[in-house]
Amino acid sequence: MSTAAATHDDHHDHHHAPTGLKRWLFSTNHKDIGTLYLWFSFAMFLVGGFMAMVIRAELLEPGMQFVDPEFFNQMTTVHGLVMVFGAVMPATVGLANWMIPLMIGAPDMALPRMNNWSFWILPFAFGILIFAVLMSAFGAGNPSAPNFGWTFYAPLSTKYGPASTDLFILSVHMMGISSIMGAINVVVTVFNMRAPGMTMMKMPLFVWTWLITAFLLIAVIPVLAGVVTMMLTDRHFGTSFFDAAGGGDPVLFQHVFWFFGHPEVYIMILPSFGIVSAIIPAFARKPLFGYASMVYATASIALLSFVVWAHHMFTVGMPLAGTLFFMYMTMLISVPTGVKVFNWVATMWRGSMTFELPMKWAIAFVVLFTCGGLSGLMLAITPVDFQYHDTYFVVAHFHYVLVTGAIFSIFAAAYYWLPKWSGVMPSKLLGELHFWNSLISANLLFFPMHFVGLAGMPRRYADYALQFADYNFWISIGGFWFGLSQVIFLVVAVRCAMKKGEPAPAKPWEGAEGLEWEVPSPAPFHTFDTPPVIK
Amino acid sequence: MSDNQLSVEERNKRTLTKLVIWAVGMFAFAFLMVPFYNVICDITGLNGKTSSTAATDAPAEVVEDRTVTVEFITQKGDGISGEFTSETKRVKVHPGEITLVHFYASNPTDSDMVTQSIPSVSPGEAARYLHKTQCFCFDQQTLAAGERKDMPMIFYLDPEIPRHINQFTLSYTIFDVTERVAGKNNSVAAN
Repeated sequence: MSTAAATHDDHHDHHHAPTGLKRWLFSTNHKDIGTLYLWFSFAMFLVGGFMAMVIRAELLEPGMQFVDPEFFNQMTTVHGLVMVFGAVMPATVGLANWMIPLMIGAPDMALPRMNNWSFWILPFAFGILIFAVLMSAFGAGNPSAPNFGWTFYAPLSTKYGPASTDLFILSVHMMGISSIMGAINVVVTVFNMRAPGMTMMKMPLFVWTWLITAFLLIAVIPVLAGVVTMMLTDRHFGTSFFDAAGGGDPVLFQHVFWFFGHPEVYIMILPSFGIVSAIIPAFARKPLFGYASMVYATASIALLSFVVWAHHMFTVGMPLAGTLFFMYMTMLISVPTGVKVFNWVATMWRGSMTFELPMKWAIAFVVLFTCGGLSGLMLAITPVDFQYHDTYFVVAHFHYVLVTGAIFSIFAAAYYWLPKWSGVMPSKLLGELHFWNSLISANLLFFPMHFVGLAGMPRRYADYALQFADYNFWISIGGFWFGLSQVIFLVVAVRCAMKKGEPAPAKPWEGAEGLEWEVPSPAPFHTFDTPPVIK
Repeated sequence: MSDNQLSVEERNKRTLTKLVIWAVGMFAFAFLMVPFYNVICDITGLNGKTSSTAATDAPAEVVEDRTVTVEFITQKGDGISGEFTSETKRVKVHPGEITLVHFYASNPTDSDMVTQSIPSVSPGEAARYLHKTQCFCFDQQTLAAGERKDMPMIFYLDPEIPRHINQFTLSYTIFDVTERVAGKNNSVAAN
């Protein structure tokens, strides 16, 4: 290991690696870019979280208290956009950047300059979007930020969209460019840069899930770009894609959007499956149960994700055959997903389990993601979806899969790999506080949403009927609690970045497997200049 | 492959050409999406789209032993301040029977108005069994200032209409497309 460290120093001198601001602006190093992605996504998580706090403050009590309904709509819209495109997606791209080269024994990502660009587009994309919100919050006159929900249905976003819709379109285009470049980079890296002996079926599952995610991104982000371009031409160039008066059809928007939107939700969750599949075997001290079936399950989820989009639009008046097709296809997805959950449970079965922080988050993921999956199965049933559609039940469902699913697994990944990234162990005390507070508050926040949803509380309104007051009070309390708990993670991460804490060995987790544990902690600037040999 | 014998520059050019063709193709696909979607809706009757052209052939037979209730609803889109109603709210027809329904639209403003009405059938399944031999929705209708216009619609139901459809609704939404038409004429004039 000391030789590796020495090599690292040599390189440093040899390349005159830039320091300070230039190091980050011009970086082509996968570890630096991964770090940038992770910090950026955490910053966006806090920004989007702040917007959620505004939403929950308004909903704490019935009636109007803090913001007017117009601003409330902007908050729900931008909260969704920032969390989906700014927090979850860049966080998984950051993990991919850091871990994929280390896991497959590659010296870096295949296209380092493109990597730099795909990151540095993001702050500008979100700068534009958040600029629209700031103008709305502090601006003179009344310039509204996007206020049509994160799904930006036409004609709300075309005919009735505020002027800032054009900023939103530009911003989404830039996020899309960034995602596509990131995805191409992952595909090229995985196909071309694997160390000798690292066959496809020997790759860690995180690499597999990310490879499949990358293909999903390349397939559907152009559809998103297409739909926002169609919006743009409808708004300014006299086309009528989504305008019935000119021969278009607003329902077409929903079809195109959800053809992107459904694979998008798998883009957010598949990397999480990979993370959990790395962590559970490490702390159960058993190899992952059913590795090959995990790969095939991931691939089938990805393929099925293209033929289920209309389950988001059962209420538009589709023919019976159409709703039946989409209902059965959606239910079919629970088969490969069930395979995964059973495999994780089977991995833990009779394992020598210990419950370090990453494992706690991973187990919480398995349980709570399955809860979200089950409510998804309920939503898939067409006749009952007519009741659930656009209620808080849907909000509960997708927050279970995205917050206690995707975000919990990202925290699991952070606690698991922080020793490798920073060279110090994350604080156990703060980590435990973060975990238990998040776990309890997230359930207080999202579980009662099922009940108010079933009772008929619609989503995206700034006010509600009095009968929902008690539940909403507790949901809001859970919300503030969950929000504050995330500040603990900020402290954990900053302490690690400042190298405060117990120094981490190369392999801090006894049962962990994989090439990333063969390099020292913190991982040197350059790793695997000579490819490792894989048995 | 033969690609390997080419210089890097040559290969890059090929890649670039492929990528440009791909991008142009995607752009074209996005623009073709509306006609494509309309064709699919026409063929399958998805989404309650009715045919936008007049039926030319007469019904083969009148099925006397069946009656289907057809309801009419009208909605006013942006910019329509006048009246838009149907004389009849619901009719009971035998499949194959030719029926006339009057719709009325008025323009209380001081300037001429070009309107376009958009039909939609619910449940969508019935759309393809509805044949219109004459409809004000096939063309844009000009309403002179202050005019109240009688807009007839003649239709018959396909004798093949499935047994389980015994009632459906035909909705029309009328839009003011004066500016859109003017914009088009201007751009034509500019060319």
